[in-house]
Amino acid sequence: MTIATRSDAIVIGAGIVGAACARALAREGLRVLVLDAGFAAGGTTAAGMGHLVAMDDSAEQLALTAHSLSLWQSLRHSLPASVEYDACGTIWVAEDGEQLEAVAEKRRVYEEHAIASEVLDARRLYALEPNLRSGLAGGLLVPADSVIYPPRAALALLADAQTHGAVLREQCRVDDIVDHGVRIGGETLHANVIVNAAGAESGRLTPELPIVPRKGHLAITDRHPGFCRHQLVELGYLASAHVLSTESVAFNVQPRATGQVLIGSSRELVGWDAATNRGVLGQMLERAVEFMPMLARMSIVRTWTGFRAATPDKLPLIGRWLPIQGLYVATGHEGLGITTSLGTASLLADLVLGRTPVLDAAAYSPMRVLAAPAAAR
Amino acid sequence: MTDTWIVTIVADGRELRVAPGTSVAAALLGAGITTVRRSVTGEPRGPLCGMGVCFECRVTIDDVPYQRACLVTAKNGLRVTTAQQDAS
Amino acid sequence: MSAGVADIVADVVVVGAGPGGIAAATRAAESGRRTVVLDEGAEMGGNIWRHRAGDGVPTQARKWMARFARSGAMVLNGASVVDARATSGGDGFLVTAERASLACRVHGRALVLATGSRERFIPFPGWTLPGVHGVGGAQALLKAGLSFAGKRVVIAGTGPLLLPVAATLAGAGARVVLVAEQAPARAVVGFAVGLLTRPESLLQGARYRAGFFGTPYRTGLWVSEARGTERLEAVTVTDGRTTREIVCDVLCAAHGLIPNVELPRLLQCEVANGAVVVDNHQQTSRPGVYCAGEATGIGGAELAIVEGELAGLSAAGSATDVELLRHRLRPLRRMAARMEHAFAPRAELRDIVTPDTIVCRCEDVRLRSIESGWNARQAKLYTRAGMGPCQGRVCGASLEFLFGWHADTVRLPSEPALLSTILAGTADESADSLHQGA
Repeated sequence: MTIATRSDAIVIGAGIVGAACARALAREGLRVLVLDAGFAAGGTTAAGMGHLVAMDDSAEQLALTAHSLSLWQSLRHSLPASVEYDACGTIWVAEDGEQLEAVAEKRRVYEEHAIASEVLDARRLYALEPNLRSGLAGGLLVPADSVIYPPRAALALLADAQTHGAVLREQCRVDDIVDHGVRIGGETLHANVIVNAAGAESGRLTPELPIVPRKGHLAITDRHPGFCRHQLVELGYLASAHVLSTESVAFNVQPRATGQVLIGSSRELVGWDAATNRGVLGQMLERAVEFMPMLARMSIVRTWTGFRAATPDKLPLIGRWLPIQGLYVATGHEGLGITTSLGTASLLADLVLGRTPVLDAAAYSPMRVLAAPAAAR
Repeated sequence: MTDTWIVTIVADGRELRVAPGTSVAAALLGAGITTVRRSVTGEPRGPLCGMGVCFECRVTIDDVPYQRACLVTAKNGLRVTTAQQDAS
Repeated sequence: MSAGVADIVADVVVVGAGPGGIAAATRAAESGRRTVVLDEGAEMGGNIWRHRAGDGVPTQARKWMARFARSGAMVLNGASVVDARATSGGDGFLVTAERASLACRVHGRALVLATGSRERFIPFPGWTLPGVHGVGGAQALLKAGLSFAGKRVVIAGTGPLLLPVAATLAGAGARVVLVAEQAPARAVVGFAVGLLTRPESLLQGARYRAGFFGTPYRTGLWVSEARGTERLEAVTVTDGRTTREIVCDVLCAAHGLIPNVELPRLLQCEVANGAVVVDNHQQTSRPGVYCAGEATGIGGAELAIVEGELAGLSAAGSATDVELLRHRLRPLRRMAARMEHAFAPRAELRDIVTPDTIVCRCEDVRLRSIESGWNARQAKLYTRAGMGPCQGRVCGASLEFLFGWHADTVRLPSEPALLSTILAGTADESADSLHQGA
């Protein structure tokens, strides 16, 4: 095997999280080797929506997403056009007065994390998004949220890592992680630091990680520029994403740079069955039509499925994995991997280099899964 | 004016008279409208496959966008909007 | 049930009303099965039997159309199939189509896929200009009422379709200035000699030649560029050593036919070498799903009819005439194999594309943005090649020829379809899921 073995760090997984970690470590001067069992950005990164979003399911989640968003904003202008960075903002849509009342609290929480947002009454909501159905109560506009095209974003991060000396090897499947090394087809590659950033498949290499693949469906329309201008998400989305055990759908649509409308979202726990579940797809599309009736008369060009790397406590696993020497993990990002890739990478680099992170590292430490009672997994 | 052997459609505001059974794609090409759509980067495009495969002949028919002109038969009063109209 | 959804219950559902589909539906209906045919075209006959209004219909087509009409089979024209799947109850299949912007759902105990073929396009500089059509594409446009009278036409590419299309266009008043077959003379002659075992085909060929007497038919010659600004103005042809420019109004260019296997692949039928694999009952790897005609390999209308008859009888559970039909298949399949060999696109066609040549017409992806070390899925994710409305039907074969890549997975919709149509196709299972979830 001709893989360069003089690496300081080996990152397993060239999805957006692995790419961001490789970039952060390479920029610190480490010689980084990135390995991917398939090809760069071909897994969960290829299947996701690409919504850069401040998410407030928990304080730790909001801290990580908020920190990540600030990193995206500072990186934004150095990204190539192919990343399709669009600061379109998110509108959390309130169906009724009760949801609209709750929006005030959401705004206050965002404010605590220095995230600007604006409560929209119905009139303002329809001025911004006239294709929403009538009878909605209003919403919350988060203007700094953005949309990117994830595969190209991952490639851009990898390219930056490569200009800092990182090496990418595709079609290279790691069989096992050992102390300061990885095994590939009988050969062991050594490095001081190993990063398991294999996303939904990270549990194959570190079996103690409570990662489950959480399936999602997406559908995309033909080009209808201007049909919607913001990422539109129903306020019920958080509840849908939060409950791990059940199948759920939520209204979540996104304007693409092409003028296409990307329609989500669904969540299922069905193992690795990637086949289209027409029942779930149907519910998801129906939910979208409930909010935007004109979608029913628009053409769907493609649909697909993907797997999120889900954890029981809805927080990613970032940091040292003590049972194996030199091993760090950066996985379990569920539906927020695109957003939190940069925050994850900055946290990981701080930990690797022994610096004090901006974020409270303990909250994301993978070691928590060993302490947690089995029932929580 | 009513001739049962002639079908009249309106393409970009212009009346086109064709034989019954003529597809919208054939009607447009026959009238010299060779560019029926603009590509995503603005290039001129016209019918390629003639059989519904390539999606190059997509036009707006009776206000429904992205219809394959090669698969639709001309009917009296049918209204077509092509890229030539869009550009003007 | 959504408003505007039509439900039809049948025993046998046939997709495609070309020769194979018509034969299959006729045989199934004659065997007493309720049979429904879905076809995207405005008229039956597929691309081969479709004809210009007022033109004579080929004898064989007329015979089969009449027999179909008597059989009791029902046809839905203008119906684009967007999904097909096993029903949740396991008692058969549900085919969802879109017809005049409305959903149409047909249940059947057995399916016959007679999805036919499309042309293979190999990109060259200028191939996206208006005025450049496929070879069968130009014929389809002529049959759909387009006049080529007085047009200067160059026909180029490969395959046995070049000559008949040249003859048809010349007969319709076109000035066919050149027919350029890229295959070398020896391959074409070899194929023609092979035809001697099938005199009726040879006669057909001779008739085509007579139809455009005086038109130069050249082998070992191919188009290296089409030029023009808003539309085609001229083409450059080459034999690999010298080039020549020809002023023309229309270029018909294609490199033979390839099977339409998207719907079979959506149904998880096994596909090998680009064609659907069938057993000697025309059944695919998926029980209850049959396939006939070009989708099982390019072989022409005669072969499609025999396969269609077999598929229709098998889908209907009838053993009538099966041995006789199988006997008739063999020589037809031998000829199909010979044809494929004679007209294989030459390697030099890969050298014509320039970095600026568009390889994906839907998304305007140029060759320069594609890396040869990728696969089709990488090209799609990184450059959008194959992401557009044709879903890779055109660029898939181009990329396969240029880079050896195989098409990405097929999912519903098998053609772009209104969201409401897709919803109709998922409807009953949605209800089931909701019920279980409650």
